[in-house]
Amino acid sequence: MTTSTRRSADEIGSTPTGPRPLPALGPQRAVPAPEEVDTVLDSGLRVIAVRRAEVPMVELRLRVPFADQSGRDDSDHAAVAEVLATTILSGTASRSRVAVDDELAGVGGEIGFSVDPERLSVSGHALADGTDTLLEVLADLLVAAAHPEDELARERDRLVERIELASAQPSVIARRALQERRYGDHPVTREMPRPEEVTAVTADAVRALQDSALRPGGSVLVLVGDLDPADAVGRVERALSAWSTGRAVGLDALPPLTAGDLLLVDRPGSVQSQLRLSAPAVGRTDPRYPALQLANLTLGGYFSSRLVENLREDKGYTYHASSSLELDPHGAVLTVETDVASEVTAPALLEARYELGRLAVVPPSADEVESARRYLVGSLLISMTTQAGYASTVAALAAQGLSSSWVREHPARIEAVTVDEVAAAAAEFFAPTGFTGVVVADAGRAGPGLRALGGVELP
Amino acid sequence: MTSRVTAPRQGLHRHVLDNGLRVLLVPDPAAPVVGVAVHVDVGFRSEPEGRTGFAHLFEHLMFQGSESLEKLAHFRHVQSSGGVFNGSTHQDYTNYFEVLPSAALERALFLEADRLRAPKLTTENLRNQVDVVKEEIRLNVLNRPYGGFPWILLPPVLYDTYPNAHNGYGDFTDLEQADLDDAAAFFDAYYAPGNAVLTVVGDLDPAEAAELVERHFGDIPARPVPQRPSFAEPEPTDERRDAVTDAHAPLPALALGHRLPDPATDLHGYLAHAVLASLLTDGEAARLTQRLVYGDELVTDVSASCGLMGAPLDARDPDTFTITAVHPGDVDPQRITAAVDDELATLATDGPEPEELRRVTARWASSLHREHDRLMSRMLALGSAELVQGRAELADELPGLIAAVEPSAVAAAAKRLRPDARAVLTVTPGGAA
Repeated sequence: MTTSTRRSADEIGSTPTGPRPLPALGPQRAVPAPEEVDTVLDSGLRVIAVRRAEVPMVELRLRVPFADQSGRDDSDHAAVAEVLATTILSGTASRSRVAVDDELAGVGGEIGFSVDPERLSVSGHALADGTDTLLEVLADLLVAAAHPEDELARERDRLVERIELASAQPSVIARRALQERRYGDHPVTREMPRPEEVTAVTADAVRALQDSALRPGGSVLVLVGDLDPADAVGRVERALSAWSTGRAVGLDALPPLTAGDLLLVDRPGSVQSQLRLSAPAVGRTDPRYPALQLANLTLGGYFSSRLVENLREDKGYTYHASSSLELDPHGAVLTVETDVASEVTAPALLEARYELGRLAVVPPSADEVESARRYLVGSLLISMTTQAGYASTVAALAAQGLSSSWVREHPARIEAVTVDEVAAAAAEFFAPTGFTGVVVADAGRAGPGLRALGGVELP
Repeated sequence: MTSRVTAPRQGLHRHVLDNGLRVLLVPDPAAPVVGVAVHVDVGFRSEPEGRTGFAHLFEHLMFQGSESLEKLAHFRHVQSSGGVFNGSTHQDYTNYFEVLPSAALERALFLEADRLRAPKLTTENLRNQVDVVKEEIRLNVLNRPYGGFPWILLPPVLYDTYPNAHNGYGDFTDLEQADLDDAAAFFDAYYAPGNAVLTVVGDLDPAEAAELVERHFGDIPARPVPQRPSFAEPEPTDERRDAVTDAHAPLPALALGHRLPDPATDLHGYLAHAVLASLLTDGEAARLTQRLVYGDELVTDVSASCGLMGAPLDARDPDTFTITAVHPGDVDPQRITAAVDDELATLATDGPEPEELRRVTARWASSLHREHDRLMSRMLALGSAELVQGRAELADELPGLIAAVEPSAVAAAAKRLRPDARAVLTVTPGGAA
């Protein structure tokens, strides 16, 4: 054969040498813990500063517990909080909206606010020698945001448009339906306010919420980057000296999930269906957590998992299928999700249930556990190699009352888990009888198959 | 304060193997991880007519096994070594990559070499991946608002020739007709070692890494390297308009498309457009954000991008400068284009303020620092710069080059974006769903 002859697929796929052996892994260098200060200021704000000097930047994360404290079913907290997170950047007593952005841009900086039913989160960064500017702008926004009437009116309209836009996304529709299926009308379901609730928000309500709820006590601020940790804590203390009193309030433990039928939510005309299944789980401080993580990976926590290999690589039903742990400050839930072609909605649910049942009653193999273990240790290492990843991880741990030592000690916990412990966690947490959830689909196309399958509440 | 430039940390080592494979070895000992990437010089612009979406479909097939690796083995070996992987298909290239703990360096090289040498292309895997790709397209395009906006929808308005105008995700009919012979021909034509760049970045010794690369890639036979076609076509000579309906969109949207200068012959002029995009829509104080969102209150969101796929220097000539906006239904899109033209005319006449330019430059420096802090991003930037622009160093030099763009160059860029040489695409909510 000459190189100009077209080869067949068979010819391309083999060489005279034949298959070759997979090289072994080499030695792995350990990572020393970075320099860190983790302290609580007089204001009650916990500050964690970490030196990671690979690039001349600092990453900032602030997490303020920000739960609805009204106790009312018709609470406007979610809408007011959402408007607050938008208009807080509209300027302060001393800086206009444009001045805020110009000042941050001057130090290569950005700052963003977001809010969910649990907390208000601030995420920012700047060139390292602009750290003081970043902190000064943040402090000004926290204590002196003006929420001017005209800016607020415009931002309210924009927010309504963005909510309408988001509400058209199948993933958002499915998320809302799942939250309501899991938690009824509990405040945790109000991840995105309704347009009419936003329209009714007043500047006074926003200012009152900022004054009463945006408080340092119980909040945590993380700085990671090209900095000296002790010096950085001093800078935070000086810059935020006016943010000095009060305690932020978070959500109580969520109501437990009740297992039950999936709810079919009709989305006429959709060409794809969203399957979302959920069950109770346990969080980072539970001794079963590492085994649960490995069981979750085996089911659908990474690509080399049973769900992906079955639903995607064998059946071609979907582009993605996954299983994950959603953590909150008090615990965790499991969520299994996939988006599939409308005509295979019922077959995909059948396979998902089959994989849940199989994991619960047929113990995972030692190879499966070992693969999940290596992936968990390695991906944890990789996720901590950037300033931004490190900052987000430390902030998430702090929100659960943990410190960075948890993540440094976690590989040892993962290594210690036995195959039997993974099987026990699989049996305890993945039995299909423990799940509830939703299917968002064109009911006309998906309904008959789901009815035949059972365990689905049809409209 | 002046913005700083990301200095190449420990240099960049180039080799070319006897079979033509170009190799970049970039030591970066910041963390005990390594990255391996293969960039192949073929993207969706090169796929044959009647086979739209084939370059991307073929990317999927390259994960389906090779001579030493059965189906699913690639994923399993990367992940059970503690690593993460992916691939992506662009206008002019396709990349395959993984990032792993450094203990897995040789294993990663083995995995990439095996599929570049002898991928196992089967009809069963092809049919399975056609189904998977169709679900990917439903997820990202067909079942969501603004799917494919503007990257699929705008090119057919701005361009005339098949390579530049067609849908790179592919029509379902074309995908369904793809067969094994197409796959074999595509591999033989484009996946020659001389048509690819191998990038290895991270916690490595360049001499040892060079030896491992030779061990695993060295015996892939050389094959003819395809002549890269020119995709050039004349610039538009008038305003080209089209309108589409989007059944899922709640609000109308608008996209403007302009041709960019050729970065191969006018890098400076090209980068002035990258700076211009930032001046127009990056941050609350940006010109179009100020004017359209806060001043005239015509749009909900506006975004400018130097490059069809969102990143500058990701494609060869011709590439596209885009401005997109989502707006309320009671706003006439003509008012938006008029306001954009007005702001561009002001910039063309007066140029940006030096202080305004300095702020944009500082943000660029900062975003590139952050991107390069992530080994995967830096590796992909180095690999694509080497393949597409011919110089990996560009990835590290970009902050300095951006900082050197003067106000007059930005004014010239603004002047180039003429209303009589652009595409205008409007999206109308269809309300069907």
